[in-house]
Amino acid sequence: MHIIEKEVVIQNKQGLHARPAALFVQLANKFDSNITIKKGAQEVNGKSIMGILMLAAEKGSRVAIVAEGDDAAEAIEQLIALVSKDE
Amino acid sequence: MSNYIELKGIPAAPGVAIGRAYIFGKQELRVLKKPIEAPEVPLEIARFEEALIKTRKEIIDIQKRISKDMGAEGSEIFDAHLLVLEDRMLIDEVITRLKKEKVCIEYIFSQALKKYMDVFSKIEDEYLRERISDINDVGRRVIHNLMGKKQKSLTDLEEPVVVVAHELSPSDTATMNKKHVIALITDIGGRTSHTAILAKSLEIPAVVGLEQATLAIRGDDRLIVDGRQGVVIVNPTQEHISKYAKVKEDNLSRVATVQEFKDLSPVTLDGRKIILAANIELPEEVDSVLAHGAEGIGLYRTEFFYMNRRDLPSEEEHYNRYKVVAEKVAPNAVIVRTLDLGGDKFISTLKVPHDMAPFLGWRAIRFCLAKPEFFKVQLRAVLRASSHGNLKLMYPMISGVEELKQANELLEECKQELRKEEVSFDEDIEVGAMIEVPSAALTCDILAKEVDFFSIGTNDLIQYSLAVDRSNEKVAYLYEPAHPAVLRLIKSIIDAGHKENIWVGMCGEMAGEPAFVILLLGLGLDEFSVSTVAIPEIKRIIRAVSYNQAKEIADKALTLSDSKAVEEFTSRKLNEIVKLY
Repeated sequence: MHIIEKEVVIQNKQGLHARPAALFVQLANKFDSNITIKKGAQEVNGKSIMGILMLAAEKGSRVAIVAEGDDAAEAIEQLIALVSKDE
Repeated sequence: MSNYIELKGIPAAPGVAIGRAYIFGKQELRVLKKPIEAPEVPLEIARFEEALIKTRKEIIDIQKRISKDMGAEGSEIFDAHLLVLEDRMLIDEVITRLKKEKVCIEYIFSQALKKYMDVFSKIEDEYLRERISDINDVGRRVIHNLMGKKQKSLTDLEEPVVVVAHELSPSDTATMNKKHVIALITDIGGRTSHTAILAKSLEIPAVVGLEQATLAIRGDDRLIVDGRQGVVIVNPTQEHISKYAKVKEDNLSRVATVQEFKDLSPVTLDGRKIILAANIELPEEVDSVLAHGAEGIGLYRTEFFYMNRRDLPSEEEHYNRYKVVAEKVAPNAVIVRTLDLGGDKFISTLKVPHDMAPFLGWRAIRFCLAKPEFFKVQLRAVLRASSHGNLKLMYPMISGVEELKQANELLEECKQELRKEEVSFDEDIEVGAMIEVPSAALTCDILAKEVDFFSIGTNDLIQYSLAVDRSNEKVAYLYEPAHPAVLRLIKSIIDAGHKENIWVGMCGEMAGEPAFVILLLGLGLDEFSVSTVAIPEIKRIIRAVSYNQAKEIADKALTLSDSKAVEEFTSRKLNEIVKLY
């Protein structure tokens, strides 16, 4: 069982909204690990579209992604890559 | 009873309908807080799962139906609905609370949903706030399924009605029994809302943005819907009814006119051939345009593509929108107007504050030239689509030759790029300037050297030259298309264009006013681009007059001293020449 936490600055032009949020959820759900996103005091389930939308993470905001489970390393790597994409 | 109410909204689709109101209420669901026993918990969970599965199936069905009706674009919203439905956080929360609170699942679920909606309603982001309606839509379906109730839908309509709603979602209209809907009216929404688009494609009248329609109107109230003026009359008087019955009759005779004139050419008695085209903003309008006998699109507005979305349209999306229209309309021309942001058209994605882009501000071509990389996306897409038909490009709000040169340079850059990428496009694509600023109108001899055509945008030209803000009720009476100043400007634009051997069209509302057609014809206008429904009438007028006669009328009109005299004169001549009404 691994727990990996990594900070990242959202680079998507639209922040974690709409399509990017949907892509994040779809990707997160491919892993067995529990995925959590933290922004300031807020903490949401990374596999939930509602949770992510409620974070309202704009481009440039700093969030921490936490993965907890056997495939945590892979999950973190792919999710960080997704939100770091500048498009 | 003469207690009629007149409601004013935004005209969304033309036409007149007289009929009874059908209030499409999203009736509030009453969910009772019913306690359950511990052993019932698994049963409640099973019911919940069943309802989720059923809802999922419903959403997928609607999605299929919509993508058949409106293409993939309209159905995308349901992907978001499905994600909400499958949301782990929501489902986990519901189940945890169910175990803890031991109340029926309907209650727990609706409470959980309400919590999310409250949070969303506080988010300072327009796009996210709008997602509330998605969550609401999905939640309502689930609760209906839990309660074993059939959701009231527009499928069940059994007689012709005017549908009155606060708002119509794509899922409402997808299942609507369209046979029985004679008009649509809504409290909210704008000219480009889903309701407006649907009404246009169904060719039924619609008025949106009425604000209080669902409050002021009761089921079965008698209504008159005037989609052209954006007016709804509730419990109309006998006078209203006879007046609008007459308008309806005229509309019907117009339908007959459509049939009669559809395949005839817009040519004057002495053989001057005019191009009669239509103004559109959506690819979905093309079928109706062609059915009305238009020879192409004289103004393809592109602002709509930027609206109601969070991101900017990609080059590919632009390209597809232009390609589909180009292919359908070919060999006739389609004139794509580049983004005309500002004035009364705003796009939230571009984050241009309203006070930056009023009618005299940072708008249209000014905005696009300031953001060349942004502008080039659209230019490249138009060029690429030009290999699929007869596309032309037009820049709005040109005020001097420098802007035209800059825009053309960017266009040349795009052409170079495409050549390098070996992407095909029409090397001879015609480029035009919209003439709607007085400084441009007065320097058309200079501008003509840089373009292949002019299209006169009368709405702004009139407003700028007469210094009249049309939306200001106190001065709206000064907005006079037939003001001698406007007529002189139009004449000088056409003359300057012809002197440089380029053609001159008009895509403003003035071109679609029967009273001005002969006058404009006589001034030498080569192309009229008008709203779809106006096509048959305008064609009929053109075919009833000779160019020589029109020139005489125009010459005489130019000598008159005020707009009232001009309008009286041209209307009289029109009535002598064609008995229209």
